[in-house]
Amino acid sequence: MSALDFARLQFAITTLFHFIFVPMSIGLALYVAICQTRYHRSGDEVWLRATRFWGKFLLISMAIGVVTGIVQEFQFGMNWSLFSRYVGDIFGAPLAMEGLIAFFLESTFIGLWIFGWGRLPKRIHLATIWLTAIATMLSAYFIILANGFMQHPVGYTVNHATGRAELTNIFAVLFNPIALLGFVHTVLGAITTGGMLVIAISGYLMLRGRGGEVAARSMRMALPFALVAVSLTMFVGDSQGRVLVNQEPMKMAAAEAVCNSGHGQSFSIFSVAGFTDNPCPNDISSIRIPHLLSLIEDLSWNGNIRGIDQIQAAERAQYGPGNYVPPVGVEYWTFRLMIGAGMLMALITLVGVLLVRRRQLERARWFKWLALLGVPLPILANWCGWIFTEVGRQPWVVFGLLKTADANSPNVGLGSIIFTLAGYIVIYSVLIATGAWLMWREVGHGPESDDAPTTQPPGAAPKPDMVMAY
Amino acid sequence: MHSDPGFLQIVWFVLVGVLWAGFFILEGFDFGVGILVKALARDQVEKRMAIHTIGPVWDGNEVWLIVAGGAMFAAFPLWYASAFSGFYLAFFLLLAALIVRGVSFEFWGKVDSARWRSVWEWAMAIGSGAAALLFGVAWANLIHGVPMGAAHVVHVSLLGMLHPYALLGGVTTLVLFLAHGASFLSLRVDGDLRKRAGAVDRLATPTAALLTAGFLVWTLSDHGWAAQVLIPALLAICALVAATVLNRSERRAAGFGASALAIGMLTATFMTSLYPDVLPSTTNAAYSLTIANASSNHYTLVVMTIVAVIFVPVVLAYQGWTYWVFRHRLGRDDYEGPLTPVAVIEHMTTGRGH
Repeated sequence: MSALDFARLQFAITTLFHFIFVPMSIGLALYVAICQTRYHRSGDEVWLRATRFWGKFLLISMAIGVVTGIVQEFQFGMNWSLFSRYVGDIFGAPLAMEGLIAFFLESTFIGLWIFGWGRLPKRIHLATIWLTAIATMLSAYFIILANGFMQHPVGYTVNHATGRAELTNIFAVLFNPIALLGFVHTVLGAITTGGMLVIAISGYLMLRGRGGEVAARSMRMALPFALVAVSLTMFVGDSQGRVLVNQEPMKMAAAEAVCNSGHGQSFSIFSVAGFTDNPCPNDISSIRIPHLLSLIEDLSWNGNIRGIDQIQAAERAQYGPGNYVPPVGVEYWTFRLMIGAGMLMALITLVGVLLVRRRQLERARWFKWLALLGVPLPILANWCGWIFTEVGRQPWVVFGLLKTADANSPNVGLGSIIFTLAGYIVIYSVLIATGAWLMWREVGHGPESDDAPTTQPPGAAPKPDMVMAY
Repeated sequence: MHSDPGFLQIVWFVLVGVLWAGFFILEGFDFGVGILVKALARDQVEKRMAIHTIGPVWDGNEVWLIVAGGAMFAAFPLWYASAFSGFYLAFFLLLAALIVRGVSFEFWGKVDSARWRSVWEWAMAIGSGAAALLFGVAWANLIHGVPMGAAHVVHVSLLGMLHPYALLGGVTTLVLFLAHGASFLSLRVDGDLRKRAGAVDRLATPTAALLTAGFLVWTLSDHGWAAQVLIPALLAICALVAATVLNRSERRAAGFGASALAIGMLTATFMTSLYPDVLPSTTNAAYSLTIANASSNHYTLVVMTIVAVIFVPVVLAYQGWTYWVFRHRLGRDDYEGPLTPVAVIEHMTTGRGH
């Protein structure tokens, strides 16, 4: 493996690790805000206990998300200096806006929320968690704008004197359709992630007979939210696929392992497509349903679907000699795993909502065992989604403008990258193990008991409440 | 390549400096407190007090770094690309320190065990200290210049960054932030902890003044004694002398203000000694990255200026408000009452009580 391969591996590992906690934080911030709003409106202390219980998971998740986020910003410069130089005018702008508009808001108001119990007036304290929740979504918007430019560059011109891309229209970047769809898809996915976590943990507590009213109500709150969120995630994802067929045709062709163009394309349900970035082999062994892909993508029985062969020829004509096919096997399987995990989550939440409606949730122990899938499934779906979208863009780092092979830092040698990669793996392993263990402990502690009086109502005595976080 | 910088380019050069100054002033005392928790606080209540002085704000303070980095990326992409890839291993160590320190605050109180807390107190001290040192080393290298060719690719090893001037820079920021943190702590807590923080401060502030003076004289003798470098350098040294005097006469708030001013002026000296370069090349001055040749195009700078003009005041307002909300001095009284059953037993058995 070359320095370039290790730089890519480092980006993949650090980003996927970071992205366990990002959607968890965005989702949980929203649920905590909802719990606190219900407490604020009703004065019912069950909601207060729910706020504090889920708040602990939010804080553990955010702590790890925040510290691993700094690495993300630094490594564009550290490992990808030619990329940073080439697109800095455009890519740097949303990153700077993210810091100035979203991160300041998020980190300041989460501090106010943690330490403001009992110190701030109740309404203002409620506002701090909502501002935190909104800020996490704003930061998702700006970072996906930056990523959207890499998928579908807009609002720029290439300055041939300096050899760099330059921004010409910020509004094109701010309203990049690929980025807007990606943002909605990601945030809905995050709301799903937070909801599935609430459902899984509540279910586990109910199985152990420990969650009391907090677990029961949290489950009933999260089920419909997660069902709507996961359904909309899939709906938006479908729209993204239809846009991508035109914007990044190779990604979608690889997703369906369509090697050869043709009418009345069959849909592959199982394939051992190659995992290398060789052009699509013709002998992919695959189980296929006739005409289904044409129906899905073109909405017609005999619709024409462009295959990898035609797209490769077209891109070669446009961009010069080279291989423009991403590893088909990766695209094919991450696409299916993402969608499969989404469908499974939709099914679980739908069953849960039906059980609630029929008042059978309390008795259905099997459902709570099933709901434990709510921990791994969203992580799997989120990971596969990002692997799909980033690997599918290869060989480009900025589609049509800059190839990944021309983007890494020329002065960072193999030894340095392997050293830092090993360092990140060690640090991140400790973080994930500690974070998971702390969350597991909080599950073990469970919410404050229903019978015991609430430790201290916020507002009356600030002192014990201050230890919520530290 | 040596054209004069335009107006917006200078505005962004100044703004990058302001963001770094804000980061050093605010996160500087967080680093100092982080180093001192293990050394100064004698029991769990004092440790919690010390951590709570920065608890609500350290995360927001760290965002100044993220925004400073983002501003360099957006306004001077060539500077960002060359410096961040050039200082590769130093920045990795810096990131590792910031990660370890960041989670240490959050994890410290999560498990009620002395060993657990001790691990995270060490992490706090080492992470904060290493970061405070490395920021000085990195900035001294920026000012000093690095081996860099015509393609603006920096070739310097980690050891190559650790020359005496850079090490002096690192020790200067380390001691300066330590003094600043001790000053902040003595302003924000009560009781014995306040006295101990004051004692550290009395020693650390004059030491920081001497180190800063030494570092700045070295900087001036390298870069020439131009007024725009000399004036902030003198102000930084005077502010530290004033801080020493003010702290001795127990005028803590003014003393803290003076050390904040000193850090601001030190950062200003960094920036004016760089001007009009952003990353000087020691290989050949013609290869240096300058404000003019490292910046984004005019349109990006206009867009980012509008964004900054709208949002910087908003950020300053709500961050300022946060400090107002948490302005009260923390004492043992704030932690009375049963924290946890284990803590109560600990208090009873160790006879400390409250």
